[in-house]
Amino acid sequence: MTEAPLKKTFTIGMLLYDTRYRSMTIQIFALVCFMLLVSWLISNTIQNLETLGKGVELWFLFEPASYDINQKLIEYDSRSTHLRAAFVGLINTLIVAILGCITATVLGIIIGILRLSRNWIVAKIMTCWVEMFRNVPVLLWIVFFMAILIETFPTPSSFRGENAESSLLLWESVAVTNRGTYLPEPLFHNGLGDVSIFGVVDVSLDFVAFLIILVVGILVSNFLKKRADATQQATGRRPLVWPYRIAVIVIPPLILLYVLGFYLGLPELKGFNFKGGIYLRNSLIALWLALSCYTSAFIAEIVRAGIMAISKGQTEAAYSLGLRPGPTMNLVILPQALRVIIPPLISQFLNLTKNSSLAISVGYMDITGTLGGITLNQTGRELETILLLMLVFLSISLSISAVMNWYNSTVKIKER
Amino acid sequence: MSSLSFVRETMLPSSTPPTMEGSVIGWVRYNLFNGPFNSILTLLFGAFIVFIMYEILPWVFLSSWTATSLQECRDTIALVHGEGTTGACWAVIRERYLQLFYGFYPRELYWRVNLTFLFMLVALAPVLFPKLPRQLLYFTGIYPFLGYWLLWGGTIWTPFLTFAGLIVAFLVLNFISEKRGLLLGVITGILLIVIWFVFGVIPVAGLFNNALPLGIEIVESDQFGGFTLSVIIGSSGIAASLPIGILLALGRKSDLFIVKSLCVGFIEFIRGVPLITLLFVASTLLNYFMPPGTNFDIILRVVIMVTLFSSAYMAEVIRGGLAALPKGQYEAGDALGLDYWKSMRLIILPQALKVSIPGIVSTYIGLFKDTTLVSIIGLLDPIGLSGAIRSDTAWNGIVWELYAFVAVIFFVFCFAMSRYSIYLEKKLETGHR
Repeated sequence: MTEAPLKKTFTIGMLLYDTRYRSMTIQIFALVCFMLLVSWLISNTIQNLETLGKGVELWFLFEPASYDINQKLIEYDSRSTHLRAAFVGLINTLIVAILGCITATVLGIIIGILRLSRNWIVAKIMTCWVEMFRNVPVLLWIVFFMAILIETFPTPSSFRGENAESSLLLWESVAVTNRGTYLPEPLFHNGLGDVSIFGVVDVSLDFVAFLIILVVGILVSNFLKKRADATQQATGRRPLVWPYRIAVIVIPPLILLYVLGFYLGLPELKGFNFKGGIYLRNSLIALWLALSCYTSAFIAEIVRAGIMAISKGQTEAAYSLGLRPGPTMNLVILPQALRVIIPPLISQFLNLTKNSSLAISVGYMDITGTLGGITLNQTGRELETILLLMLVFLSISLSISAVMNWYNSTVKIKER
Repeated sequence: MSSLSFVRETMLPSSTPPTMEGSVIGWVRYNLFNGPFNSILTLLFGAFIVFIMYEILPWVFLSSWTATSLQECRDTIALVHGEGTTGACWAVIRERYLQLFYGFYPRELYWRVNLTFLFMLVALAPVLFPKLPRQLLYFTGIYPFLGYWLLWGGTIWTPFLTFAGLIVAFLVLNFISEKRGLLLGVITGILLIVIWFVFGVIPVAGLFNNALPLGIEIVESDQFGGFTLSVIIGSSGIAASLPIGILLALGRKSDLFIVKSLCVGFIEFIRGVPLITLLFVASTLLNYFMPPGTNFDIILRVVIMVTLFSSAYMAEVIRGGLAALPKGQYEAGDALGLDYWKSMRLIILPQALKVSIPGIVSTYIGLFKDTTLVSIIGLLDPIGLSGAIRSDTAWNGIVWELYAFVAVIFFVFCFAMSRYSIYLEKKLETGHR
């Protein structure tokens, strides 16, 4: 005697009430809504563009930009294309982002650690710093720093004459003026010249040679360390290597500099302004300082939280193993704290990079200023330029987070 | 054996504590001068504080509060505090504070802005302080429409019908959910709202207005500015981004592939681009995306973009909270036989949101600070207004006073928010995580 098998009939109602099919219904409903929304937006856009008589194309990128950019690391003039202008802007964005990330990290670590100090006055001042920068908009800080630079530093003309009101700093080599800061510039008497890569970017061979020799030096130094480690493992005695390790890093670049005829090009007052040297514009300095200080407040909190997250037992355990305070910090506390610190640190770096687009408020020509600013206004192609701008930022963000996630996975606990 | 025993009859007077404990000197020695390194630090930073005070305090206090231009201000300072004093010219704040607060809102209508903010406090109170009577929450529900009407003016029927439409859609949703299941209810509700907003509200409001014209004077969006604008954008973003963020976070953690990919794509896209590009989209591109002829309000466009922006960050914060819950909590919900929404509403979200309070509030603070970016697309928020005041001939050359004023006000708002978050965290602390 067998019972009649349950009839499996499919009814429309099952799409709503049967959990097996309901999830499909929801997903298809969501997808249809999304498609409808997208197609509605696209059809609107096409219709609007037709009314305006505009098409969507990127050829305008190859037309002459006919505007000047005041800070450029690669060759650029007003006859260059909009694409090149965007590229110059991108480099400027990256410069301020990288400089900002480095200073923000250094400041943030110092402030975060000092905030935990037992010294009451130090801890309080650091708390003030953090609260002050965290609770005021970054845009305000940027314009504020710009105002400080313009209003409080001397004009170039005050450097003139026998009894000038202002003088160059650091052995007559750095000029801080309200138009910008001039630093000494590395120059070579018998340099190797530049080489053009695909006719797009000129790269200084001196710089490349210096970099190669430095990297080789570091590799050799690491090799020496490994060999010393191996000897120590085998014999229990560590050969003296640190002088050699420093020597292979320091001496070859020095020799190279001597051979190339290295000297510093100092800024000089000519006419109404300084000439020579590396010219850091006020807009760059203001943006850099404001972004670093603002982000350092957040990084300080992250560092403090990271250190506090490591229980005191870890320090005590390290001491009981006989480690001294230095190795305790390096081998026990930091590796664990870093694991807590790094993920939020990554998002702070990303925030800094994105905030650097506020450069437009002080006239720093980053990619928002070139592609999303002047190029947009000159060509009238809002749609293409803004979408490209978003795409650029999206790829910067995604690549930073990819690199940082890779680093994060290398310091993660290896669970077995 | 004699019974010798000693019984104390009088207590010794208690001795004074050692000088190092509990006294000012002890505290100073323990906290400021314990060791050479700390002593040096203390001296250095102490000197720093003295230096800063020496530089800033005279500027702040040897100042002038009454003048109508920068030159007059400087003359007054020179006259009162002696030649060569460079004091602050707070007169600019006194002259222009109304503008910094209200923008170009018509002066005789300031009461509407004031009333809106008063109502905002009333609407916020039951949300912030759970001890207040729960009936106040009804006012919180009505407030967005009331506030909109008070600020922008015009006929009362548009916000009223919008509100009524939402209520009706919600009732229909509830009714169908009970009869036919939640999914069908939600779909019908959403469809009803969309149809009502797209086709219904404006014509019906026109009809009602013809029959019974009830309204107040219209104020155009370009008259808004100053802190009013910041607070409008900030508070609308704050109110809207939490629910959207929760939905996005749940979507990102959901098992439904398509829903999940849509949420991940949205969140990662928004988090990958700076807010300023989204504001550019609001100011220039949104007109391309809308049907030809629509031209909706710039403040509304900015609010939408700011909300989308912060809801993506909110979603990540809440996702962190969801991930921090042990799996047992989800399983407990299933074991009790609760459906997805019930287990989320009753078990998961209360705990996840509690864990993510610090993150949520710091997203709020970030959102409020980011409202200043609208000055870049030409809206006159406090920073934009500072620029406008500085380019006025009477105040040309004034710098620090305006920035200091704006910074202090922002500081007060944001600091208050972060303190409230600490208070809330302490209050909700249950001792286990």
